[in-house]
Amino acid sequence: MSGENGTPQDAAGELVEAGELVEAGGQARGPGLRQDAFGAGGTGDTSGFGGLVAPVPVLTSSERPFVDADANTVYDTLERVFPQLGEAVERAVVDRGELTLYVRREALLALARTLRDDPGLRFELLSSLSGVDYPADLTGRRLHSVVHLTSMTHRRRLRVEVSVGDDDPTLPSLTSVWPTADWHEREAYDLFGIVYTGHPGLTRIMMPDDWIGHPQRKDYPLGGIPVDYKGATIPPPDERRSYS
Amino acid sequence: MTTSSTTSQPYEAGYAESGSGRVYTVTGGDWEDVLGHGEQEAERIVVNMGPQHPSTHGVLRLVLEIEGETVTETRLVIGYLHTGIEKSCEYRTWTQAVTFLTRADYLSPLYNETAYCLSVERLLGITEQIPERATVIRVLVMELQRIASHLVWLATGGMELGATTAMIFGFREREKVLDLLELITGLRMNHAFVRPGGLAQDLPDGADRAIREFLLEMPKRIEEYHRLLTGQPIWKARMVDVNILDAAGCIALGVTGPVLRAAGLPWDLRKTMPYCGYETYEFDVPTELDGDSFARYLVRLNEMGESLKIVEQCLDRLRPGPVMVADKKIAWPAQLAIGSDGMGNSLEHIRKIMGTSMEALIHHFKLVTEGFRVPAGQVYTQVESPRGELGYHVVSDGGTRPFRVHVRDPSFVNLQAVPALTEGGQVADVIVGVASVDPVLGGVDR
Repeated sequence: MSGENGTPQDAAGELVEAGELVEAGGQARGPGLRQDAFGAGGTGDTSGFGGLVAPVPVLTSSERPFVDADANTVYDTLERVFPQLGEAVERAVVDRGELTLYVRREALLALARTLRDDPGLRFELLSSLSGVDYPADLTGRRLHSVVHLTSMTHRRRLRVEVSVGDDDPTLPSLTSVWPTADWHEREAYDLFGIVYTGHPGLTRIMMPDDWIGHPQRKDYPLGGIPVDYKGATIPPPDERRSYS
Repeated sequence: MTTSSTTSQPYEAGYAESGSGRVYTVTGGDWEDVLGHGEQEAERIVVNMGPQHPSTHGVLRLVLEIEGETVTETRLVIGYLHTGIEKSCEYRTWTQAVTFLTRADYLSPLYNETAYCLSVERLLGITEQIPERATVIRVLVMELQRIASHLVWLATGGMELGATTAMIFGFREREKVLDLLELITGLRMNHAFVRPGGLAQDLPDGADRAIREFLLEMPKRIEEYHRLLTGQPIWKARMVDVNILDAAGCIALGVTGPVLRAAGLPWDLRKTMPYCGYETYEFDVPTELDGDSFARYLVRLNEMGESLKIVEQCLDRLRPGPVMVADKKIAWPAQLAIGSDGMGNSLEHIRKIMGTSMEALIHHFKLVTEGFRVPAGQVYTQVESPRGELGYHVVSDGGTRPFRVHVRDPSFVNLQAVPALTEGGQVADVIVGVASVDPVLGGVDR
């Protein structure tokens, strides 16, 4: 989220993927934090806005064994039945009790089949698929396709995330593994411009067929509202005053 | 008078000479000749149904390819109600987003609110701090709404089959539930009652008595529906063995909720992945084995009875206490009261913060204008809505606004099953099929 639309929120808000980085009121430390130049203790912040200690984003996997037992079981099983897991998964993060696998797109289909079919995993249900746009993604691949899988047999959940760049926003479609991915992928294509290769009919689903652009991308231009009084307008939402 | 000339083109006008001049006879040709196709092709007709059609549950458009009375292909077109709710949330504070999301699936707004608030609370890490009373009231209003939602399904579904009595009965009882919800939340629909951290306000005086009266009344009504509809030959003729989808088909297509349970799989998130303390309530998960429209009807009717059980248990375990998290950095600082001009912040509360505490005033101002910060990360939280798994994928970048909110709406996913339900069946059964899925287009299109 570079300051393209210039809101304070965008300037400050880098998405930190791993773990918790700022201890409330505590000393800033650890690899993910920039120390205050004046060596102040704590956050050194008297304004209340938490402005002096900025988290420096880092991309790391969570440490094994994970804090969550289910996440451990899933990952251990995967390591056993999917030998090429090391190349397939860029990072595995456990946050708030949820396991996220950041998967390379080349390996997605093979991994998906294993996740669905292996008796120890059995993720039969694709619950949800959603696009997310991180314009400031550290890998440079801003468009994320996030899949939430449910194992009805073992009552577990798993998040599989694939990121692709703006210039080549393609990844394999999951419709051959979970037919329910059909409309989800059409929605992600429509609103984010992620292209799912192998999808049986990748057309717009929310917006009209002749729409130009992908509205839920962060840099999609927003409209203001004209007001019938002395030519005033209400500015677009991203240009209005905001406090963060 | 006979036609004296035949033309080479069958749809060109023929003519005859008469005493008063040439008389043209314009007729249609034979349908096959006009089309110039074989017999098979000529029988195939594409029918557009909707988006403005009384039996498509709102603005759903169906494109049907039919041969005679048989549907050979069903295609659904959605998006007519797309209002960009997910995008709008990204430009409001975490608390304000509730007001948008409650409008997604407008027949079960409290589920939207609760699922979203559970997500935000997990991002904040305050799930354990939510007061017991707030959670119990959440369960209470959700189960009341499940009854209301199933009643709308009974009413609209019945009307689409021509059973107008079902419609009158369904809307009549639904009105009673809406009266209760209005008493509790102040609004019949789109309540914005559940907030991150708890609830907007506590139960009003008299709510307990009103709900208990309803609990006495409703079982008789459900019995009445059974007597009116369950054994009725026409009702059964329209629904039994119609639009069958088995459990494997449901899971492949992502279908959850009553449709899946009607196919025999007792998958109910309240039991299988409990939230809001559902594991401590006593209730059954109704299932049927046939997987047809009639089974879905039975499942929904029986679920209403189970919801009544849960509502009664909620009332019994309500203890006085706060309904908002104690953390003043998250809890919305308003203390609502009824004034001469309707509901608003109570005058005592305003007098206190304006007159006695500068810090309280600053605090109030900051929370209302700026909102609270939510630590960066993402969660997926799901609840069992009347239509199936309602999931919220919420992403925070550490700011005071949601970075991304994605609604996994059960209607959106379940609608994908309509081609599987209707292809190969009769045109009239398409109506039954769409109704048996119970889609709410506000949730589908968002």
